[in-house]
Amino acid sequence: MKYLLMIWSNPQTWGHPIFLRTTEAAAMTDDERAGMLRDFEELLAEISESGELVTGQALADPITARSVRVRDGESVVTDGPFVESKEQLAGYFVVDCASPHRAEEIAGRFPDARFAVVEVRPLMDGSEQDL
Amino acid sequence: MSDAIATDELWRSVTPQVIGALVRRYRDFDRAEEAAQEALLAAAVQWPEQGVPDDPKAWLIRVASRRLIDGLRSDEARVRRELADATQAPADDLVAPPPDAVGAPGHDDSLTLLLLCCHPSLTPPARIALTLRAVGGLTTAQIAHAFLVPEATMAQRISRAKQRIRESGAEFRMPPPDELPARMSEVLHVLYLVFTEGHTASSGQRLHRIDLTAEAIRLTRQAHILLPDDGEVAGLLALMLLTEARRRARTNAAGELVPLAEQDRSLWDTAYIREGVALVTDALTRTRLGPYQVQAAIAAVHDEAPTAADTDWEQVLTLYGVLERLAPGPVVSLNRAVALAMVEGPAAGLAVLEDLAHDKRLAGHHRLHAVRAHLLELAGDAESARESYLLASRLTTSIPEQDHLRRRAEAL
Repeated sequence: MKYLLMIWSNPQTWGHPIFLRTTEAAAMTDDERAGMLRDFEELLAEISESGELVTGQALADPITARSVRVRDGESVVTDGPFVESKEQLAGYFVVDCASPHRAEEIAGRFPDARFAVVEVRPLMDGSEQDL
Repeated sequence: MSDAIATDELWRSVTPQVIGALVRRYRDFDRAEEAAQEALLAAAVQWPEQGVPDDPKAWLIRVASRRLIDGLRSDEARVRRELADATQAPADDLVAPPPDAVGAPGHDDSLTLLLLCCHPSLTPPARIALTLRAVGGLTTAQIAHAFLVPEATMAQRISRAKQRIRESGAEFRMPPPDELPARMSEVLHVLYLVFTEGHTASSGQRLHRIDLTAEAIRLTRQAHILLPDDGEVAGLLALMLLTEARRRARTNAAGELVPLAEQDRSLWDTAYIREGVALVTDALTRTRLGPYQVQAAIAAVHDEAPTAADTDWEQVLTLYGVLERLAPGPVVSLNRAVALAMVEGPAAGLAVLEDLAHDKRLAGHHRLHAVRAHLLELAGDAESARESYLLASRLTTSIPEQDHLRRRAEAL
């Protein structure tokens, strides 16, 4: 089963990796930050080596977002993201895991889960099993 | 059938025997598997031009051995030990055997290879990928496409699986007799997962993808030929055939799911039903009972009913009772509740669901709510049925099933 992991974050400044730009990370020692980065790289190595990582990308600063609405056939483009909240979508991963439990375990190992939230959502498919 | 398809069938059926022969000789699963793939590619290029060799298996083993030895030569660290092994190989392992020698030893290798690919040190997705590549002879690209993941992801999964097998120190030999039943049950589970994964394709994409259900049936058929007295192998093959028999009736012209009770039974594949029924009947009468045989028997009861109303629910209920004892699980209990409702009325089924709802594994599962909706509908409680259908439709991750459940709700 495939899952979308949405990385939500509330950074002081936008950048990659986003978890290092948070207030919480700024309050850490250099060693703590380096350790967090190492954990994250280990996680990425583990899920790419296991063949669970399908794809993943960091998103650009929400300041670059454009929201497109078509009303009465007219397209209206506004600056900024659709969702106005403290936390912003900072990146996404698609993982293909043996169980939902495993997807949650991976989500919990993203440093971002400590500061904001990593949302796990199964992807829909076209399965046509007997009812 | 075109020559190209015949050739494809031919070389995929000999793939496990080629890999098996190489692993047995060189004790290096990773390289053997790579070399066999290269030999298959060479065959794909040469056979259409030069014709299929008289003994395709021997040709593939010869070419693959050459590739494998070339690979070993370029690997200085290992060259001495591996070549020493190779030179100790009886010469006829590496060249075409006499025509009368083809057969028996290769068959043993296929089963050993299947067991190795489903090794307990691997995760289920890794077992599936490795089985399809090494035993099924599919390319990494075909497997990746079938599972809707990038080729790099699938390549990584396969190479990690091979590395894992190497690290685990697993040897290329049959497990001891006391371990064989447990190992075979892992193999059957993998084949069953390949089969169910085959239902994940949406009909539009299926045209361009390897048909995983057909692939699972082919591999299970091979296993059944190798182990004709294993009732669970026969049971699984029967279950697949009896399920696949209904494929054309499972969706209508609009691509919508059609539940069993409403399927046009004239569309069912009678040849598959005959074969499945014969297989499971034979297994039930002469082998030890197991869960796949019972599931196949349940499928057979449905497939043999001329109309939905003719279904022998008493027998289905008895069989689910047996299955619940052999292989207890929330989904089995759920299915038994449906059979109970059909025999004793919806209230009896709903009472069982009340208990099942406390099972954590089922509480958020769409199927619990779909079944409850169905039983409430039978009981005449349209409003509660509608709510349960809508909740089930929100919980499922299958688009066709979601559409179906919503249509049910709207019809109330």
